[in-house]
Amino acid sequence: MEKFTVYKGTTVPLMNDNIDTDQIIPKQFLKSIDKKGFGKNLFYEWRYQKDYDENPDFILNYPEYQTASLLISGDNFGSGSSREHAAWALSDYGFRAIIAGSYSDIFYNNSLKNGLLPITQPRNVLEQLAGLSSQEQISIDLPHQFIQTSVGEFHFDIDPIWKDKLINGLDDIGITLQYEKEIQQYEQQHK
Amino acid sequence: MTAKTIFDKLWEQHVVAGNEGEPQLLYIDLHVIHEVTSPQAFQGLRDAGRRVRRVDLTYGTLDHNVPTKDIFNIQDLISKKQIDTFTKNVKEFGVPAETHGGKGQGIVHMVAPESGRTQPGKTIVCGDSHTATNGAFGAIAFGIGTSEVEHVLATQTLWQVKPKRMKIEFIGHPQKGVYSKDFILALIAKYGVDAGVGYAVEYTGEAVDDLSMEERMTICNMSIEFGAKIGLMNPDEKTYDYVKGRDYAPKDFDKAVSNWKNLVSDPDATYDKVLTLDVNQLKPMVTWGTNPGMGLEFGETFPEIKDNINYERAYNYMDLKPGQVASDIELGYVFIGSCTNARLGDLQEAAKFVKGKHVADGLTAIVVPGSRPVKTAAETEGLDKIFIEAGFEWREPGCSACLGMNPDQIPEYVHCASTSNRNFEGRQGHNARTHLCSPAMAAAAAIAGKFVDVRNLVTD
Repeated sequence: MEKFTVYKGTTVPLMNDNIDTDQIIPKQFLKSIDKKGFGKNLFYEWRYQKDYDENPDFILNYPEYQTASLLISGDNFGSGSSREHAAWALSDYGFRAIIAGSYSDIFYNNSLKNGLLPITQPRNVLEQLAGLSSQEQISIDLPHQFIQTSVGEFHFDIDPIWKDKLINGLDDIGITLQYEKEIQQYEQQHK
Repeated sequence: MTAKTIFDKLWEQHVVAGNEGEPQLLYIDLHVIHEVTSPQAFQGLRDAGRRVRRVDLTYGTLDHNVPTKDIFNIQDLISKKQIDTFTKNVKEFGVPAETHGGKGQGIVHMVAPESGRTQPGKTIVCGDSHTATNGAFGAIAFGIGTSEVEHVLATQTLWQVKPKRMKIEFIGHPQKGVYSKDFILALIAKYGVDAGVGYAVEYTGEAVDDLSMEERMTICNMSIEFGAKIGLMNPDEKTYDYVKGRDYAPKDFDKAVSNWKNLVSDPDATYDKVLTLDVNQLKPMVTWGTNPGMGLEFGETFPEIKDNINYERAYNYMDLKPGQVASDIELGYVFIGSCTNARLGDLQEAAKFVKGKHVADGLTAIVVPGSRPVKTAAETEGLDKIFIEAGFEWREPGCSACLGMNPDQIPEYVHCASTSNRNFEGRQGHNARTHLCSPAMAAAAAIAGKFVDVRNLVTD
């Protein structure tokens, strides 16, 4: 997993609420048996007309947002299906963090597992961030848990254990295997 | 000793390491896998030289990609590759699994209860968000992503932060023609699609006690549509009766039942949030928009837009407008299927509204049993004939047009009455327009060619 410490990038706002994982990556792309290559199909139905012709009305296709790597969104982002392909698609496209009102529980876990930082902010902050210029580089400081922008500095919360895993890019299974003794004990007691 | 909810009891029993309030390592008693969310997980194991820790607690089936016609003739080569990869993976890693077309094969959330593997007291996970279906048995069951699938395969555990507790009480007794699907759709319409985020939901109340296990599964199944990844119910005699005699039911069944009897919420247990829904006057529900919360009781007019970009978008996508009612929708398709509503009881109920009648002109209607055991049981009762004689297509089991990863998709711009769980944009097909409802409402709509109030059609 790619480490996340301090990251600078530009933003793109997609302010609908309840953006479900069917929108983030539609079903027809779930047939792949790989983890890579999902980025070109991110938001497929919104992003393209026929045969990958870009839909000029979709904000990700605006010329000024081509380099954006931080997505600003509304409430309940990543709702619906548990497909981790959604996190893979966002990462593969180039997003490093999402800043939204709230997240579905499964999507939240999925994005953490892929080094994609899900940040939660109240509506008034989201609206300020959505109004930023497409040119403005904002900074996300995970160790100190704040977002720095021209309109202010905003603190965010994250569980300290997840934070440590992200900062160090640790392999979850590797960590868990250090608990082999506890797992074995549990299995002995619950035979 | 302080009073506890069933959720607290089950959670505590499964903690391997860690403290409440931070990620805790939970032991997983049953891990069900299918072809869509497992290939990258198996590849991860292979790359790291790891094995499946407990093949005896793992169980696989094929569901999302399987065709519901001519099932061995898979035209979509990418689907075929995913199915073949699954078959190869379970063989290589020694995981017990249903074979393609085998007698136990079906939708992942149907086959675990049918085989008797789903039992009170277990922790159950699967790489699919509708795993909470199993919570109807008094189990902690939830959907996970592929990284977590790999984690469970390798370690039989998962790191999870304990969610808060919510109690939802369904009070009263529904009118004939109102079903558990209407309860859950009404709940989501009232409180919103994100009301359950961060909570484990316990469904209680006399209306739940009265339901069959199949009807209870329908409610738990759609917990995720309410935002909760966990939904569960206290087990009772109906639960034990359902499990008893199934292939994987506990050997010493009486002993198991005496343990299960302790797995209920204490009467004075406290919750972080309590919601109630009175089902006495509830009418059949139909969704008009693009998420399951955009639903109304039959006869209510579609809402005003106000200043809501989400509503405006939904109306545009659905080609509907404020002030209309469900009976104004021009239906072109009816889908009776999915892990929400393709159990035997659902098909029996739907058949009552179909028997001796015929599907409306110009409308396509399909019935897709959720699993092969359901299909076999339905055919033994002659339900297949009732549907076929009425002009429905009677298909082979699978996820089918719930999400259309197989060839079953709703045509562009066509309105579909669907017993599935999601009316998201494009979910059932490119530009397809989904309206969620109960099997009875879908069946009656197929005959009438439009939504009608099934309460007026109930005969028994």
